[in-house]
Amino acid sequence: MSKFKKGKGKESAPINTSALPDIVFMLLFFFMVATKMRDKEMMVKTQLPQATEVEKLEKKSRLYYIFCGPPLKPEVYGTTPRIQLDDAFATVDDIQQFITLQNSKKDEDEVKYMTTSLKADKTVKMGIITDIKQELRKVNALKLSYTAAKELRED
Amino acid sequence: MARKGRGIPEINAGSMADIAFLLLVFFLVTTTMDIPTGLQVALPPLTDVPPPDSKQKQREVLEVLVNSADQLLVEKEILTVDKLKDKTKRHLTNEGKDPTLSSTSTKAIVSLKNDRGTSYDMYVQVYNELTAAYNEVRDEYSMSRFGVEYGKLRKESEIEEVKKKYPKKLSEAEPVSIGKK
Repeated sequence: MSKFKKGKGKESAPINTSALPDIVFMLLFFFMVATKMRDKEMMVKTQLPQATEVEKLEKKSRLYYIFCGPPLKPEVYGTTPRIQLDDAFATVDDIQQFITLQNSKKDEDEVKYMTTSLKADKTVKMGIITDIKQELRKVNALKLSYTAAKELRED
Repeated sequence: MARKGRGIPEINAGSMADIAFLLLVFFLVTTTMDIPTGLQVALPPLTDVPPPDSKQKQREVLEVLVNSADQLLVEKEILTVDKLKDKTKRHLTNEGKDPTLSSTSTKAIVSLKNDRGTSYDMYVQVYNELTAAYNEVRDEYSMSRFGVEYGKLRKESEIEEVKKKYPKKLSEAEPVSIGKK
């Protein structure tokens, strides 16, 4: 009988990994539930302002997005704040058409619940924002939300 | 252990973890965590009819001006943003005590006017403070009247009563562009 038996005793037992898929699936489901799809590619920088009185927006399907801010690639597009609708740059004049087009895809009775979510960068001047608001009023899209990050009031 | 020839062979689940990881990574990359939040605003409808000459007495209107240098002027006096909420609350809950502020809460108006050069950040801050003032006076009234906060009221009639007591008359001036026709 060999005194130096190879393997036995020295080699630790293999780690049981049969529960690993379960753990990973659990993580997966957590992320599936807690997150939402990123569907727009950002062309402009939108560092949101902070506000304390923010409200959660209702259903995502009832939102139109308008982005406004300095372009992310200043070397290509310059630094003047631009408006982004969907995945492309736009001008103030395009907003009416954009909203009308989006409205036409919705049910008639859903249109009045549509909210426009304005995601604008902190540094943007009010001139452009006022122009956007005027355009929205022209197409009767009167529900607007200034997207802002939640901030707790300290007092 | 004699296995029966006919039994179903055991499925190798060793790669299950790999598949799950792949899915997990996919979801991590393509999704975002943030739930959109924002300040809700109801824009006034656009009409061609010019607004009727304001018969509101000067005292009912709290004038808030923001200039292009992000300075705040409330009722012709320079104020900082953190004092705006208290000032607005005093205006709304004045009930005729101070002759320069509103006579009753139902008539009180807040008028916000900003310059085209005002920064969006400043505008949101000011708007936030004004909204906060309205929310707080409504909360306080609701607390004293029904014992719960305004946001927690369930009965339509109670909500209406608070709204009627403190109507949100936050008017924004029609934008004027100086130097253009």
